[in-house]
Amino acid sequence: MKMHYGFPIIVGLGLFIGLLCLPFVIGKGITKEYKQPELKLPANEKECIESKEFMRREHMQLLNDWRDWALRDGKRIYTNHAGKEFTISLQNTCMKCHNNKADFCDKCHTDAGVSPYCWDCHIQPEGLK
Amino acid sequence: MKNNRRAFIKLAGIAAAGLALAPKAMASSGASPVKKNPAGITAKRWAMVIDSTKLHTKEDIAKLAEVCHSIHNVPHIEGNQNVKWIWGAPYAQAFPEQENPHLAEEVHEREYILLCNHCENPPCVRVCPTQATYKRPDGIVAMDYHRCIGCRYCMAGCPYGSRSFNWGEPREGLDLSKLNPEFPTRMRGVVEKCNFCVERLAVGKLPACVEASEGAIVFGDLSDPDSDVRKVLRERFTIRRKPAVGTEPGVYYII
Repeated sequence: MKMHYGFPIIVGLGLFIGLLCLPFVIGKGITKEYKQPELKLPANEKECIESKEFMRREHMQLLNDWRDWALRDGKRIYTNHAGKEFTISLQNTCMKCHNNKADFCDKCHTDAGVSPYCWDCHIQPEGLK
Repeated sequence: MKNNRRAFIKLAGIAAAGLALAPKAMASSGASPVKKNPAGITAKRWAMVIDSTKLHTKEDIAKLAEVCHSIHNVPHIEGNQNVKWIWGAPYAQAFPEQENPHLAEEVHEREYILLCNHCENPPCVRVCPTQATYKRPDGIVAMDYHRCIGCRYCMAGCPYGSRSFNWGEPREGLDLSKLNPEFPTRMRGVVEKCNFCVERLAVGKLPACVEASEGAIVFGDLSDPDSDVRKVLRERFTIRRKPAVGTEPGVYYII
């Protein structure tokens, strides 16, 4: 079977696919490698409530549990896996060590594009302006 | 084993019993990581008795309101969008059902301190569609501001006007340099009210207004016959606000 207008069709298709893929080719050259944000960790405290991996992955769930335990059940002392006790409080426990919201919370949250509403009510350690 | 109907029914019965027991066995396996602060004070039913013979001027009530509002970061807003945990009102407004035209003038002219009554049957709790407001086992009607959607049903339900809505950004009504950094503020669009200082009771302190009242407010466990509140209630004549609505307030007034 003879193809009508075979040459322009093949060339056109080639050009079309080439143009379609162009951004990927150029993009690879100009985009930078993703770098994890650098957090400012507390200076005089090495251990968090739970392990670093747990906190990194589960802190939002832990904060939810803390809220319900403190408000609903009236139980405000949390015992961690090592047996150490902490007062359940975002402002009076977490933020006493992580005493800079901008250098700790915001770094990852901005990076990940999430905006938790904690600070609509809770007062960050830097104070309000 | 021979598979007959009798064996099958037996096995099914054992499996059903296992299903009924399993949740209990699983629940007891993990120890709860949380407990109450042993320094905190607890009760079966918290209640308050206010001596209006000692506490009845606008100035005294304003002083207590100031103490309460400053530690709970309650915004100061003028006009009908005000937010209040403690406020004052004359007899006719505080006790409208218990007024008579020949009431002792002095009683009639007193200013009465008002706050959330932490009712036994709180209508605000019943109407809240999200359970943002709830009654704790110790009788305190508490709020979880995380959960409040600002529908204001509770304000319609409360017969005492104890609830305030944040029409605007509450932080605009606060002196941001004088906030209590230990307590949160609220956000726009939530209802707020007195919490009987649950955060203070949890660490063993009495409510702030009780502490600042110099003996004019007594606070204690209503279910304990030897408690301070029960002693006062036995000895003095007291009334509660709007008894006809049947909410059984936990705040009593010595007249």
